[in-house]
Amino acid sequence: MKYLDEYRDGRVASGILAEIRRVTTRPWTLMEVCGGQTHSIVKHGLDRLLPPEIELVHGPGCPVCVTPLEQIDKAHAIATRPGIVFTSFGDMLRVPGSRTDLLRLKSAGADVRTVYAPLDAVRIAQDNPEREVVFFAIGFETTAPANALAVTRARALGVANFSLLVSHVLVPPAITAVLQSPGNRVRGFLGPGHVCTVMGTREYAAIARHYAIPIVVTGFEPVDLLDGILRTVRRLEAGTPGVENQYSRVVRPDGNLAAQKLIWSAFEVCDRQWRGVGTIPKSGLRLRWELRDHDAERRFDVGTLEAQEPAVCISGQILRGLKKPHDCPAFGTECTPARPLGATMVSAEGACAAYYTYGRRRGEPVSAR
Amino acid sequence: MCLAIPGKVIEVFEDRGLRMGRADFGGTVRKVCLEQLPEAGLGDYVLVHVGFALSRVDPEEAERTYRLLEELGLLGELQAPETDP
Repeated sequence: MKYLDEYRDGRVASGILAEIRRVTTRPWTLMEVCGGQTHSIVKHGLDRLLPPEIELVHGPGCPVCVTPLEQIDKAHAIATRPGIVFTSFGDMLRVPGSRTDLLRLKSAGADVRTVYAPLDAVRIAQDNPEREVVFFAIGFETTAPANALAVTRARALGVANFSLLVSHVLVPPAITAVLQSPGNRVRGFLGPGHVCTVMGTREYAAIARHYAIPIVVTGFEPVDLLDGILRTVRRLEAGTPGVENQYSRVVRPDGNLAAQKLIWSAFEVCDRQWRGVGTIPKSGLRLRWELRDHDAERRFDVGTLEAQEPAVCISGQILRGLKKPHDCPAFGTECTPARPLGATMVSAEGACAAYYTYGRRRGEPVSAR
Repeated sequence: MCLAIPGKVIEVFEDRGLRMGRADFGGTVRKVCLEQLPEAGLGDYVLVHVGFALSRVDPEEAERTYRLLEELGLLGELQAPETDP
């Protein structure tokens, strides 16, 4: 496919790798922020091809992973009510709450449906006026415009039986949380390419300036990722912090202004809890007051649910770049993608799940250098 | 989760006030909302996430960055030690 295949070209990738080796003189720890990048790095083994001085740690950027257990339990409580059609992206179906997951609820008789686009959930509501249709609106800034479109569209068309269970998170506060973690080793970031397609690069320029670090907004294919690493290392070696845009074929400095306007027409910033990490101030989105009629948490009073995470799980430290999956005693034994214990194992884009899926089991060398 | 892929716009239409279209992703055709991307039209490549077009792929930018990376690759080959024939 055009704009994908050429960014998987091995010849180009080895050229960039040679250049990374040439410019690296000191050890540097970099973090890729987005779970899609983590997945691509581990799948293609890019971390194993880098010179030994460059360590990649995996960031908190997987919305499925960081959706709090309480919110997942709420989804399950709503989905099992009579008369409900519960709609969700496919990624959330297998994520276990305290007792069950959406797929198991579905096989037990709940009407749980996977949608490709949030607008499809609005269509389901229009086609089923006698039912209550709830959409599980999770995601980062990348997904926020599509979710905002669904609820504003439902409002405009008078689709009263449509509501959102919102668990939206924002990337810049998470980067700041990583940088403020005691023991932080991260010296540079690969910025989240698709989040920046929507939001632009300015928020990242401000963080880069404040913390005097390089942030290189990076795409998702192997050539993009290696180019992002090269640009970050060049800046670290030269001592020139700042923001740089590797993904300029789709990311503009201002992002997509119309999409941003759409986000703010539906959502406002709020404090959010991140699974494994805890509450990060001003790190999430909730529905605006004017759209409260479409807020599933108001419509279906499920109360406050308390959930307990397994004590053995170290996903919070992994999400902040302090530890790697192999540091966990439960990795690959008690905790697997089929029976995940915590945030970083629940989704294919979580660091633990990526390590497990692509053969980074216990006992194998972490790097093949 | 933030997966977004480039597809070619092959149809543009209106659905009750919303600018929609169809995009071809290497043979798979899906409905795409183009409302927040007025600059994208027929034949353009757009980056799509959950049925929503986020950005138009800029062919000149793509060409420019890729050429630089390719040159790096060629340079790498030139720098490889020579072997006797």
